[in-house]
Amino acid sequence: MMKLRVLEEYVVKALMVLACLIVAGSLVGVVAVMLVKGLPVLRLKMLVQVSQGGSSLGQEGGILNAILGSLCLGLGGTLGAILLALPIVSFLQRDYGGRTLFGKFTRLALDVLWGIPSIVYGAFGFIIMLYLGIRASLLGGIIALTLVELPIMARGMDEVARLVPMELKEASYAVGSTRLEVTLKVTWRQCLPGFVTAVLLAFGRGIGDAASVLFTAGYSEFLPRSVMEPVASLPIAVYQQYLSPFPEVQQRAYVSATTLLVIVLLVSILSRLSAARFARHVVR
Amino acid sequence: MPHISIRNLNVSYDGHSALQNITVDIPDGQITAIIGPSGCGKTTLLKSCNRLIDLTDGVKLSGEVLIDGANILDPSVDVMQLRRKMGLLSQKPYPLPMSIYENVAYGPRIHGLRDRRKLDRIVEQCLQAASLWGEVKDRLRAPAAKLSVGQQQRLCLARALAVDPEVLLADEPTSALDPQSAQLVEKRLTELKGKYTILIVTHILRQAKRLADYVLFMYLGELIEHGPAADVFTHPRHERTRAYVGGEVS
Repeated sequence: MMKLRVLEEYVVKALMVLACLIVAGSLVGVVAVMLVKGLPVLRLKMLVQVSQGGSSLGQEGGILNAILGSLCLGLGGTLGAILLALPIVSFLQRDYGGRTLFGKFTRLALDVLWGIPSIVYGAFGFIIMLYLGIRASLLGGIIALTLVELPIMARGMDEVARLVPMELKEASYAVGSTRLEVTLKVTWRQCLPGFVTAVLLAFGRGIGDAASVLFTAGYSEFLPRSVMEPVASLPIAVYQQYLSPFPEVQQRAYVSATTLLVIVLLVSILSRLSAARFARHVVR
Repeated sequence: MPHISIRNLNVSYDGHSALQNITVDIPDGQITAIIGPSGCGKTTLLKSCNRLIDLTDGVKLSGEVLIDGANILDPSVDVMQLRRKMGLLSQKPYPLPMSIYENVAYGPRIHGLRDRRKLDRIVEQCLQAASLWGEVKDRLRAPAAKLSVGQQQRLCLARALAVDPEVLLADEPTSALDPQSAQLVEKRLTELKGKYTILIVTHILRQAKRLADYVLFMYLGELIEHGPAADVFTHPRHERTRAYVGGEVS
């Protein structure tokens, strides 16, 4: 009997390690392929020049337009989603409307929205833009990405916020706080590290998403200058370069993809470092 | 007129009665202990006094809780001001997610105090009153979460004192603490009575005997007996009180 329990322990642990290996291995594999294929064609000037002769045909020039475009789209969409997610998550707390039918419906709606493919958001955004008479632009892309990122961010934040012990809030109410003071000064501070994770997950999804910006942001050879003009983005650049009939241009897709990966990595590290400063106050 | 005067208080959660017809005057400037077996409504009674009970779902209250003569169950009462008058110590200490200094300054700040020097003075006074000052004066900016549990409970006491309350409500304030910290907290409470009316819920009979001037014994949501501690502990009038105080029921 004892032996079986020990065996159980080994087998289950082995399965856990295997699962983690699959994840870590996938990342290593993806990075390796990108580096092997991308490094030989990577030239520094690719990162500091805009594309020339169209992204799918141009063998000269760089991807600076796509890098900056993606940063504007990703940061804009993430900012938009934060501005919506924070009030939603605060309302979903039991201090406000979390236990009401409306609160429960909102949570359900976020779950459903999470499952919607991003191409649908793109099409939806496109229809709204047609209706409003806006053409494919940075603004359109930001709106579409805000919609893509919102459910991920809001549900992630909600799960963290629900873990805040009621007694912690009571401690704040007991000295005479209003609900808003409890939310801003206690709940948000307590949740900050978890909120950062939720924002990063959403940012990673947003900046890497091609389908939602395909119609809404369009593509441009130039650096983003106005929110009303189309912008390039790395996912679309990867897509177009990879479809190119020229093998040289196809290889450039790997450089674009690597750049995208590095951006996500850098943003993750920087946010983690800054969040660690606040995490020391978290009450366990 | 006593600070806290409870008249025919009934509380129910989702239709289940938790307190029935509680009527009692809490003596001023003394320590009143609420004792009784688990689930008898001690905490409910305590939380009715600062309306933290409002945060519980499905709660219904009737009757009156008069604080300084005004019924605080009246919906028009400003609960923020009410709670300011009623400091709270909970079972497990919950420091707020901020520094030691900010924890104590939190209350005065939300009530509008901005003057840095006044805040400094309040923080020092309250930490001293909670006998924590000596241990933390060199690391006021350190996270409160890093303190030991015993220190955290004293910090919570300092935080409660910082808004200058009239009453201290304590819900088993030593149950999560080691014996030494528990002793410190008890000592502080004894020293603070007189200045504050203290209402303490406790499971520990010996603690009630050590601290209390006045005792309420509750059983299944009813107030069975109340009176000066000496009377209740030595000559309980009611059968159930006798059994509980005698250690037959816990």
